[in-house]
Amino acid sequence: MANAVRPFGLFRNLNAKIAAIPMVLTVIVVFVGCTLWTVIYSFTDSRLLPSSNFVGLAQYQRLWGTDRWNISIGNLAIYGVLSLVFAFVVGFVLAVLMDQKIRFENTFRTIFLYPFALSFIVTGLVWQWILDPALGLPKLAQDMGFTWFNFALLGNQKTVLYALVIAGLWQGTGLVMVLMLAGLRGIDGEIWKASRVDGIPAWRTYIFVVIPMMRGVFVTTLVIVASGIVRVYDLVVAMTSGGPGFASEMPAKYVYDFMFQRSNLGQALAASTVMLVTVFIFVVPWALYEFRQKRR
Amino acid sequence: MALATTIEPSGAKPKRRFAPRTIMLYGILGLAALYYVLPLYVMIVTSLKGMPEIRLGNIFAPPMEITFEPWVKAWSQACTGLYCHGIQVGFWNSVKILVPSVIVSIAVASVNGYALANWRFKGSEVFFTVLLFGAFIPYQVMLYPLVMVLRELGLFATLGGIVLVHTIFGMPINTLLFRNYFASLPPELFKAARVDGAGFWQIFLRIMLPMSLPIFVVGIIIQITGIWNDFLFGVIFAGTQNYPMTVQLNNVVNAVQGVKEYNVNMAATLLTGAVPLIVYFVSGRLFVRGIAAGAVKG
Repeated sequence: MANAVRPFGLFRNLNAKIAAIPMVLTVIVVFVGCTLWTVIYSFTDSRLLPSSNFVGLAQYQRLWGTDRWNISIGNLAIYGVLSLVFAFVVGFVLAVLMDQKIRFENTFRTIFLYPFALSFIVTGLVWQWILDPALGLPKLAQDMGFTWFNFALLGNQKTVLYALVIAGLWQGTGLVMVLMLAGLRGIDGEIWKASRVDGIPAWRTYIFVVIPMMRGVFVTTLVIVASGIVRVYDLVVAMTSGGPGFASEMPAKYVYDFMFQRSNLGQALAASTVMLVTVFIFVVPWALYEFRQKRR
Repeated sequence: MALATTIEPSGAKPKRRFAPRTIMLYGILGLAALYYVLPLYVMIVTSLKGMPEIRLGNIFAPPMEITFEPWVKAWSQACTGLYCHGIQVGFWNSVKILVPSVIVSIAVASVNGYALANWRFKGSEVFFTVLLFGAFIPYQVMLYPLVMVLRELGLFATLGGIVLVHTIFGMPINTLLFRNYFASLPPELFKAARVDGAGFWQIFLRIMLPMSLPIFVVGIIIQITGIWNDFLFGVIFAGTQNYPMTVQLNNVVNAVQGVKEYNVNMAATLLTGAVPLIVYFVSGRLFVRGIAAGAVKG
């Protein structure tokens, strides 16, 4: 479009190509090259150093036969489903409430969103302290006589994941709320007038008209939130270090530990390939969907 | 009474100030706000108490005796492993990482976005698509080969290495941000400059740059919070002598040895969160705009 003068081949638009060298290198070397390397070497028996002795699916067989990995995947599934459900429900409800022409909208938004500016390390450490069994909220609950409920989530293998969910939601729901609110604001005001004229109650309008219209926002938010969940690492390191036992281990931590601490590269590469496939299972259909919409 | 029944009121019903609906609305919002504010409150309160008070009292109680000693200790004496120079070491490391990383990554991403928006060449859209896909690849997938590449370049465990890594992984979102912005500018502007004989760099520096200050601010906000909050890249690529503040904070708080000093820990945590929090509170709407930019489809 911008080529008034058209020199030949490679030298056409030369400055733009020079300017794009960092991007081209990043794409070829890192995003494509490094990813392919990992996938290919996940089929070798690499341990401390990469080896080119291919052993087929042996690493994957071992991976799925390892308790720690299977527990990690189970944990991620529980953490992921709970986080997604609550983030969407809470985020959407908050956005709807914020959309009622309320006063202090800016103040509320600032409050709901500030944790998103903080790191997972800070998030994990704060909640670790709040949920500290000896001095935190559990102690307060005991002192106040709530003995029927055990607030000491962190020390218990059965409940530690819920503690992670609570902390993760604290950090991330604000983002969902902001995206949903933007979606709500993008909906034509005529819809509301029409439904009011027809006497349809507001909640029905939300469920049967507004939410279907916001499909794009929901899908985009889902992809962003879900690909963040698969990566969850810092939060676990700061809050629980994967414990007690393996009760809050996550795949990303499994990869890191086997890669840099236990010198079992083959396992780490196979595990990270599984993570890659997991992410692409929902990213690729989304990308195709968006692409097709654009072409229309 | 009789009057009211005979004459129908016209127009909208005047809204009662404290209708049950309004009370519910603000009640729920207030309750949610409490959940979000509480951790910040707990951090601040805890960091101002002495250890005896923490052991005896409850976690939400305001301090009876305010002390700033935990802050001093967190900043200059807290221990990570062998060294006890406080969180300030990590703070300055993070600054050393942050400044060049933000400058380089924004410079690269803005030029990228400009080239993609105004100077498309054969294959540029393909590279851009793969770049956006790259944003979704879990970092763990690329870590080990990237370590090998940086080692070959002699950049592993150096400041230059971590700057390069932040530039690489900040590229998808920021390129998208700049590309969309430059593409939204009126094309006549670009065409007129072309007719006047201005080249690639001239148009970028003289016309595009002066017009795009807001989007630069948005990009810088994204990068400052992202890089300051990073943990994974810092722990792997920066090298022990350059450990950023998040890594050091985690080492201080989750140290196995010694008695846990919760007040010092919370002061250190607040100090680490201070930079992104200040950026957030100062930038306000631009921060939200950065988030929205990340969410729009590529």
